[in-house]
Parts: sequence; C-alpha cells; structure tokens
Amino acid sequence: MTQVHRHDVVIVGAGGAGMRAALESGKRLRTAVLTKLYPTRSHTGAAQGGMCAALANVEEDNWEWHTFDTIKGGDYLVDQDAAEVMAREAIDAVLDLEKMGLPFSRTPDGRIDQRRFGGHTRNHGEAAVRRACYAADRTGHMILQTLYQQCVKHDIEFYNEFYVLDLLMTDGAASGVVAYELATGELHVFQAKSVVLATGGFGRVFKTTSNALSLTGDGMGIVWRQGLPLEDMEFYQFHPTGLAGLGILLTEGARGEGGILRNASGERFMERYAPTIKDLAPRDMVSRAIYTEVRQGRGCGPNQDYVLLDLTHLPPEQLEAKLPDITEFSRTYLGIDPIDEPVPIYPTAHYAMGGVPTDVHARVLRGNDTVVPGLFAAGEVACVSVHGANRLGTNSLLDINVFGRRAGVSAAEYASSATDLEVPPDPEATVRALIERMFHGEGGERAGAIRAELQQTMDDNASVYRTEATLKQAEVDIADLKRRYANVTVQDKGKRYNTDVLEAVELGFLLDLAEVLVVSARARNESRGGHFREDYTTRDDVNFMRHTMAYRHLDAEGRQEIRLDYKPVTVTRYQPMERKY
Amino acid sequence: MTQTLPAPPPATLRHSVTLRIRRFNPEQDSEPYWHDYVVEALPTDRVLDALNKIKWEQDGTLTYRRSCGHGICGSDAMRINGRNRLACKTLLKDLGMGSAIVVEAIKGLPLEKDLVVDMEPFFAAFRDVKPFLVADGAEPTRERRQSQAERQRFDDTTKCVLCAACTTSCPVFWNDDQYFGPAAIVNAHRFIFDSRDDGAALRLDILNDKEGVWRCRTTFNCTDACPRGIEVTKAIQEVKRALITRRV
Repeated sequence: MTQVHRHDVVIVGAGGAGMRAALESGKRLRTAVLTKLYPTRSHTGAAQGGMCAALANVEEDNWEWHTFDTIKGGDYLVDQDAAEVMAREAIDAVLDLEKMGLPFSRTPDGRIDQRRFGGHTRNHGEAAVRRACYAADRTGHMILQTLYQQCVKHDIEFYNEFYVLDLLMTDGAASGVVAYELATGELHVFQAKSVVLATGGFGRVFKTTSNALSLTGDGMGIVWRQGLPLEDMEFYQFHPTGLAGLGILLTEGARGEGGILRNASGERFMERYAPTIKDLAPRDMVSRAIYTEVRQGRGCGPNQDYVLLDLTHLPPEQLEAKLPDITEFSRTYLGIDPIDEPVPIYPTAHYAMGGVPTDVHARVLRGNDTVVPGLFAAGEVACVSVHGANRLGTNSLLDINVFGRRAGVSAAEYASSATDLEVPPDPEATVRALIERMFHGEGGERAGAIRAELQQTMDDNASVYRTEATLKQAEVDIADLKRRYANVTVQDKGKRYNTDVLEAVELGFLLDLAEVLVVSARARNESRGGHFREDYTTRDDVNFMRHTMAYRHLDAEGRQEIRLDYKPVTVTRYQPMERKY
Repeated sequence: MTQTLPAPPPATLRHSVTLRIRRFNPEQDSEPYWHDYVVEALPTDRVLDALNKIKWEQDGTLTYRRSCGHGICGSDAMRINGRNRLACKTLLKDLGMGSAIVVEAIKGLPLEKDLVVDMEPFFAAFRDVKPFLVADGAEPTRERRQSQAERQRFDDTTKCVLCAACTTSCPVFWNDDQYFGPAAIVNAHRFIFDSRDDGAALRLDILNDKEGVWRCRTTFNCTDACPRGIEVTKAIQEVKRALITRRV
C-alpha cells in the first residue's frame, strides 16, 4: 500500500543545501527532509579545503574582488548578478555557521582563519588572497555536522533512506514527490506545496571521480524526465589533485598551504601555464596542464601517467594542523607519507557546473525565464549560474549555504500563500512500473556491467579533452547502453533493503545525464572553462557566450530527442577579457 | 627538490581472495548463515571494492551500506576479521590475503539484512545528549572569538563521522542497549569542552544518568575501533572527570 504524506515543504536531499534550506522553512512551516542516506552521510562531508568569504580577517579583501574572481574563474559564463549575490552574502553565511557552532580554525587573535585557494585573488588578479575560511581540511565535514546538529536542535523531520524517484506535477506546478523506502520497499507519495531539490551531482557517470557512490544525479534525472530543461550540462569540473588511480580528493588547500605540483623531472610546471599564481590557477587550467604534461611524456611512474603533489618542504606540524585528513588518505590508500615523499595525483571528476536552471531566489525555471511554481533547487543539482564554465574552489560550500538558505526562504514564502494541489491520479504508477520491470524483465542484462561501460566511455571520450569524434563515440556508446538498459533484470527481488534494484534505477539517471552532457558538449564548438575542445581550442564569445538549455522531447512515436536551446549570460559590470593568471 | 624519484609501482598482481560473509535475508532465512565468495582483487583494493565486485558481478542480493568510499561518510562500518572497521578504509593487503576475510554486521544493533543494521537506536542516543551549541546571551555581530588553544581543546572529538564502530564494539553496549554508548559521549564531549558553549551542566546531568558515562568499563575497544583515530576512551574519561569536579 502506498502511503500518502502531506507537508507544506518537502526537501529532497540532506546535504548542506538541503539542511540549510530546512533550517529556514522548518522553523515556519511543516517541513520534511527526504534523504536516500542518513543526513550525516551526505557528500558535503567530503569537502575539505574551505568556504570563501571576504571577511578580511587576515588581509585586505572585499566581496567585489570575490565577485570578479568568480566570474573570471567561470570563464565569463557566470551570471554576474548571481555571483554578486553569492559573494555579498558569503560573509553572513560564514558568520551564521560560526554562530551555529562550526569549529573554524582560528587566527592567533581568535578570529576565523583564512587561507589561499585557487583563483581567489587580491584586486582583480594581482596575487593570491587569503579568503577561504576553513576547519583544517575538514570544512565540509564540519558544515554537514553543524547543520545536522542545528536540525536536531530544531526538531526537523527527516525521512532517512527514502529514495525520491519521481517528481509530481499538477497543471505545470510541483505538487509532490514519490519516494521508495529502502527498509520496506514501499512507495510513499509526499504531497507538498513546495518541493526543494538538493540532491547534489552526478559524478558517477565517470570512472575516476571524487564523488560518492550515491552521486547518481537523481534530482536532475527526475526533473529531466518531466520535460524540464537542464542548463550547461557540458561543463563538468575535473579536480586536479585526485589520488592517482583512485580519484580520492586531495584538497586544493594543500596548494593553498604551499604545496607544489611537479612533473617527472621535478619541474614546477605550473610556472609555464600560469606565471602569476602558478599552482593556484583555477582547476580547469591546472587539470589541463597535468593532462598535457602526461601526454607530452613528462608524467611520473612506470607508466608516466601521473604527476606529483609535493608537500615535503612544508613543516610536518603544518601538515598535521592544517591538512591532517589528506595526509592520512595518502598514507592509507597509497602507503605514501606526504611528509617524506611527494604524492602521486591525477585529475578526478569532481563537480557539475550545470544542472537544473534556477533564478537567484532558487526558483526552478522551465525556460529562459519562466518559473515552475512550487519547485526550487539549490546546491550542485542547480545551475544559478554562479559557477559558469568552471567553479572556483570553496565556492560550492558557499553556494550550498547561500542558495540553500534562499531556497528555504523562497519555498516557505511560496508555501505560505499557495493552495494545496491535488497530485495526479495514480501518482506512483511510473515508479511502480520502473521497479516492476527491473524485477520481472527477462533481458538478463546486469546493471553493473552497463555502468562500468558507461563510466569507461565517459572517461575516455568526454572528460578533460574532447573532440567532435570522441563525443560522437560517447554518444553512440551511450545509445547502445540505453538499449541494453531496457533489458536490465535485478537478482534481488525482495522488498527489504533492496539496493540491487535501486542501483539499477540510479543507473537510468546516469545514462540520461551522460547523454545530455555529451550532446550539449558536441554542440559547443569552442573551449571555455571546464569544456575544452581540441578541435576548437579558443573561446568564442561571438557565438557561444550563452548558456546551453537542453530539453527532452518525445516525438509522435515516443522516441526521445534532445533539443538544444540557448540563454543569454547576464552581464552587469565585467566585460569578458582573456583569462590569464 | 632537484630530482623526483618515481613512486614505487602499485602492486598490480591480482589474487583470488575469499570473503566469508555472514548473510541474512529476513524475507527468506530463519537465521543468519555464512557464505564464501571468491573474487579477483588487488592487494591495494579496499574491502569495499571486493564487496562491490561481488555485488556487481556475482550476486546482486548481497546488501550493505556505502557511500563516499574513503572513510568520511561513516556508512560502511562492519566487523571485519573480528574487529570493527570501515570497509572503505581497510585494504585487503592489511588483512593478509592468504586466508578468508570474515565480514559480518556490527553487533549490538538489530540486524536488518546481511551487513545492514538498524541505525535508529544509535542516532537516538546521539540526539539525547543535546549535540548542538547551547549559547546564552546576545549573539555577537561578528564571529565569537576563540583562541587556538581553546579550539584545540575539543578538536579530537569534532572528527566523529557517526559510523557507530565505537559504540558497537563496546561490551557494555552489547549487554545493555540503554547505555548511551561511546559515540554519543564523544559528541557530548565535543560541546562540553567548546569554550563557546554554555550547555555543559545540562549535558553532564544527562550523562550522569545510570545509563550514562559511569557504565563505561574502560576496555578501550572503542578507541581501537575508531576509524578517525579519536581517543574515545580518553574523551569519556574527561567527561567523567568533569562530572566529579564539575569543571570543564
């Protein structure tokens, strides 16, 4: 039996954005937070280095410089009004967290300490600035814990291990969601006046990734299947310093603390690519530089397939105090102690700049400027766009706090005046059919095999370097995998804790999103930020300084087509310039 | 640094590894049973990698929790060769690949399926200790000041990821499910010793309960089990001392 729940606000996802939203709406209206994990398991907790805000606690800084850095870092695809909102509200966002109890690292006089981070500069690019507020290299962990602690304090209602698999729409407005309860296999309909999506990213389309196994893009996927657009999906960030072969994140804060990237001959190669800020250049540039070093034969190791992050010149006390977790990761997973030896690193799929389009009030858009009533999104699932073509380090922890808060406020305001909508008849039918097909299908395809092939083709053909040919190859591969996916059968046919069927459902979202990524990327015949085309190596502001808007379209026979449209970038005060560091 | 020595090559030889897993499906089994799986794995693979390989390539019904894969989210605490660990932070080579690796659910919480237990009693104990900053007085306009030494005072207990490895390794908790358990006390410690917090007396009263810190027998299982290296037993001792002296 399907259970039906009624709330004013339903929030999907209990990472930083979801819980920050819950703290706003939960104090005012009946709010439920649905998460497929437990709140403290969310991947916000894996963020390490910091959260930027121009507090100017340790040196001169201001939010206008932060705005400029964010726009330039995003290669001028950032909506400048949104970047300004984020940089302005950053200061209160950090101070709010401190007041909630977040244990920031401190300056000698007891204020929140700040450190350098990639692309964050003084006076429009003069030199690196200390802007990242941090708690050792556990900033995301502390944010996640602190927000959960506040949710406990305010008695926020959580539904843990509830997988949201469909969005309900009534007359073009959001009216609720359908969730699958892991413990029982039951379906639940959550009726709500406002739905907030805070489900994070979809890094698991790639093989080598810093993302958790649970980051399968469910929130983007359910929006996409409702015929709503996804924006700028071709812009995917590769973090330069993943542990080689594993993809586990080593914070950019390591370079903020003075770490240096070296190639096989020991050369500090970033001096050639970014003469002013060197190792602290934005992530897209550093990742391309690493790929280039390896391609040109200057990689390290027996296969010359990685470079080194050198921290050996830093005092061991500094590593212990400022970078304890990454020091431990290197010891645990590679058996290398960063105090004594440089650490093998290679870029790792990290962050989706694109996602569900929203305005600065976190309201989801159905077109270039039409709002979907009752639907909100914040965090990595959303595209505001504050990150443009390349996100600066620390700006995601900032994004989830600023726009998570705004989503909570907007959702509560909307729900206070909106009337209850009836959900569509038989609301759980789509999800039920999907699950049943996995149970009773006779195709015998295994989700694990399809997922592995998807991740391989995405790594090979749609990662740091792309061409028309590689993207076409990925498109062909994905189409084939989607055909096979229709024949997936799961082995676990039970009701209780059936992670077999849920992994298969998640794979469906990954396939959809990989396809949107690749189709969007093929159409963008230029190189900008995280999207680099070897067949179009320069930025083309005349033809492509615009956001991609991808739509799912079904033809008369029910075949899916992806239609691409475009949306102008909002420019306020910064005209595009060549991006040099 | 003038010349970089290439790092040693990763061990690339795959071995057959046996995982002996305690399985239980409440929809089919009257009680748990052991099942052996053989997988090809690298010595540097995590136990989680081996479990994934089984689930994705051999037996989709094998059930366990996992998310981040590198010891930060706390999902995959399990009992591996008789000791509580995170499957994603335990490398096969560190277990010795010659004999079967024994994997079972953590103890002391209701078994739901295979390696999955009911976490609700664990989180309920956490919530009971008021795990949030309690601050009296007017809010400052800027941040509260806190010296580096004051911040350091409770640093160790801020690392907790609520994986339950400590609590479910505690013999007292196994025998008395009313006991708060080490993780809840660790999280109380995190606030009791925070210079910004005014709720110490409140929390100490809660932990002075007969099911509170006095149940601890100082067996150090919790400290051994903690995948974050928190000195759990020491934290509990500090809370006991604060109760006796009423000073933090």
